[in-house]
Amino acid sequence: MPSKMKEKSNNIFSALAGKQIVIPIAALLVLAIFNLIADPGFFKITLGYNNLGDPVLSGYLITILDNGSELAILAIGMTLVTAASGGQDISVGAAIAIAGSVMLRVLCGSNSRPETLQAPIIVAFLVGCLVAMIFGAFNGVLVAYFKIQPMVATLILFTAGRSIAAWINNNELPIISEPSFGYFGGFIPGIPIPTPFFIAVACMIVIALVLKFTTLGLYTQAVGINESSSRLNGLNPQMIKFLSFVILGLCVAVAALIKVSRFSTINYSVIAKDIEMDAILAVALGGNALSGGKFNMPASILGAYVIQFLTTTLYKFNVQAAALPAYKAVVVIILVVLSAPTVRAKLSQLGKKLKEKPVKEVA
Amino acid sequence: MREKAVLEMKNISKTFPGVRALSGVDFTLCEGEIHALMGENGAGKSTLIKVLTGVYNKDGGQIFIKGKDKAVTIHSPQEAQNLGISTVYQEITLCPNLSVAENMYIGRSKDIYQNWKKMNEDAGKILKALDIPAEPTKQLGSCSIAVQQMVAIARAVDMDCKVLILDEPTSSLDEQEVAKLFKLMRDLKAKGVGIIFVTHFLDQVYEVCDKITVLRDGKLVGEYEIKDLPRVQLVSKMLGKDFDDMSDIKSEAKVFEQKEGAVNVFEAEGLLSDAGIKPFDFYIKKGEVNGFTGLLGSGRSECVRAIFGADRVLGGTVKVNGKTVKINKPIDAMKNGIAYLPEDRKIDGIVGDLSVRDNIILALQVLKGFFKPFTKAEAYRFADEYIKLLDIKTASADTPIKSLSGGNQQKCILGRWLLTHPEYLILDEPTRGIDVGTKVDIQKLVLKLASEGMSVTFISSETDEMLRTCSRLVVMRDRKVVGELSGEDLTQNKIMSTIAGGEN
Repeated sequence: MPSKMKEKSNNIFSALAGKQIVIPIAALLVLAIFNLIADPGFFKITLGYNNLGDPVLSGYLITILDNGSELAILAIGMTLVTAASGGQDISVGAAIAIAGSVMLRVLCGSNSRPETLQAPIIVAFLVGCLVAMIFGAFNGVLVAYFKIQPMVATLILFTAGRSIAAWINNNELPIISEPSFGYFGGFIPGIPIPTPFFIAVACMIVIALVLKFTTLGLYTQAVGINESSSRLNGLNPQMIKFLSFVILGLCVAVAALIKVSRFSTINYSVIAKDIEMDAILAVALGGNALSGGKFNMPASILGAYVIQFLTTTLYKFNVQAAALPAYKAVVVIILVVLSAPTVRAKLSQLGKKLKEKPVKEVA
Repeated sequence: MREKAVLEMKNISKTFPGVRALSGVDFTLCEGEIHALMGENGAGKSTLIKVLTGVYNKDGGQIFIKGKDKAVTIHSPQEAQNLGISTVYQEITLCPNLSVAENMYIGRSKDIYQNWKKMNEDAGKILKALDIPAEPTKQLGSCSIAVQQMVAIARAVDMDCKVLILDEPTSSLDEQEVAKLFKLMRDLKAKGVGIIFVTHFLDQVYEVCDKITVLRDGKLVGEYEIKDLPRVQLVSKMLGKDFDDMSDIKSEAKVFEQKEGAVNVFEAEGLLSDAGIKPFDFYIKKGEVNGFTGLLGSGRSECVRAIFGADRVLGGTVKVNGKTVKINKPIDAMKNGIAYLPEDRKIDGIVGDLSVRDNIILALQVLKGFFKPFTKAEAYRFADEYIKLLDIKTASADTPIKSLSGGNQQKCILGRWLLTHPEYLILDEPTRGIDVGTKVDIQKLVLKLASEGMSVTFISSETDEMLRTCSRLVVMRDRKVVGELSGEDLTQNKIMSTIAGGEN
């Protein structure tokens, strides 16, 4: 190291540049600044009362926190799947339809419009979890043991999932009239913050604890980086890939609960449509390599909220729902190009040049 | 050019950053000749072949081809092809989902129009002429590996080839398939094709070849008629040790003093894995250092991989400290106190993107269990301990291991296994591709560990190193254990003659 000066001046820059989480933070800042300039009213939060007379917060930021919940939860599982298998699960939307359908079926019993719930919500949720984890396990077996490319393996459920979901309820549309079921996707009376946000936070806490108190993070990354060497270190790479898909299954079930609770019913062909793409995008936006290996969980989760921020912004500017994917595609293009090795090499060269200049002046 | 020569390479040089891969190598191939190109790892065989086939551009020297007046320059495999130089690689580079005939003609026609019927007929004729048992319309992937190999040769031959390079064609074939391949090679030889045969199997060289060119450390050792070069001489030329050198260092030979009642730390009988080695017996005592020796590809690594459960174990009984145990996968071996430093550091050793710290604690963490992660402080303590102990040169414990030099990466992997405090440590080529200083460090460390009671199996391509560290050597040839040397027999000469085997 030539001089202390240089070290100091570089410290902040390199510390920031080296951190993966900078990517979603930067994206978030860009979006926030854009909205601030276009219409500062975007950041306004008001306390009002809904038609039941309960206090609720409203505003675009609340919408982001509310609607971004499912995505944040899915991003947790998708990050693990990506890291371990080097591929993505494109069946999460269809799996949400299945899990949601199962929950409604358990709640409704044989009648699709019951007066009272036929089973406690917790039972319905647990059955939904079980089913979603079984489907996750199905994907996991295909990927880990049959060595099928994750996207191809999950294409099966992607294609068949929504028909399975419809079949579970005999293609009827069950409607839950019990108001307490609506709490999970709406507001708990007396609490003005939307419940999905609390559920998402709970999931984040759980994954944080799991990553802290187990070796899941180390194992997943090791398998994703070098499967052969992981095996020689006593790991079971197949098992770890399989496990990542089962965990994603659990995330799917939680997201499904929120989704069906929002409307107290289900539309098999529309529920959670295209959410898999957003979840994958969240992982990418978090700066994680889609080819697997090292991952950063907070960055992925932040990435999910950035995407929701983008979606909400676009809605605010009256972009039609059908046109949203085109705008997101632009983001994807920028991300993919920026993360391409050739571009990265160029950028780091540029960064070095920029770094060297001020040092020369000092010297 | 020499009479009857189809190819002459003169004074070929090739330098890679930091390495002189070839310096002034001559090579001559005659018409209707099968010419073995021999040498150990890093001798320059593959570089020479790649220069010839246009994969690398040579830095110096000239290449002459029969029928061309001037020296030719070969810039790409396509140009080599046009000059009549064809290569068949160890891994089949054809398309398994196309038919045999399609594979033979793919990429050769400049027309868009393809006469399928004629193509199949032509292919059938060639296959028949070469006596290759394959239907032109059959999908290539459904043929045996040997037949696929032969189709690759047929394709090469049909492209008017004068020089055919066979790079380790026999390594995935069984004995009968090898016999078929040799018949084909002899047929081609009778047709006047010059064949360059690269292989690690000594027996095969003496079975089909007419001449041998030996390379070592990027230099030409010599060109020999097969009848003039006994096996022992060939081995000694490849290893660079003079067989008749009477000054052979005997005093350095280690004698292992067995302690009274010492049990075998590890013992295997009839151990067999799916990596294509013959079943073998093996044992190691407490505090002993032994080794597997043999030429590259003789099956040394496969033996230790079978011991560690790295390859699929198919049979045999294994005892650890006298108790029968089952070792089917690496974790079984680890739980029995066995550690294995693999031969290929990049593929099997390091987890590149992870930090030095995570790489060092990995094995111990796996042993400790999923629900008992080390705290950050513990992990740093372990990492720092071994960084200091093994003198690993790294910016910090958080540096990704892939940014370290080869020798330091190797030390990290060594640290990883020492951290598990194994009873039995297997080191497969721990000193390959690392600097001399580190080499000596590792040898010293092995002896020190053994003196503290650890049992060590050591594999190295350098026999000096083996002699300096091991008190007993298991000798391998062509994927079989062919002998065991200890005490007085631990000499270069004895090792070489055992490796060479045969009548010489």
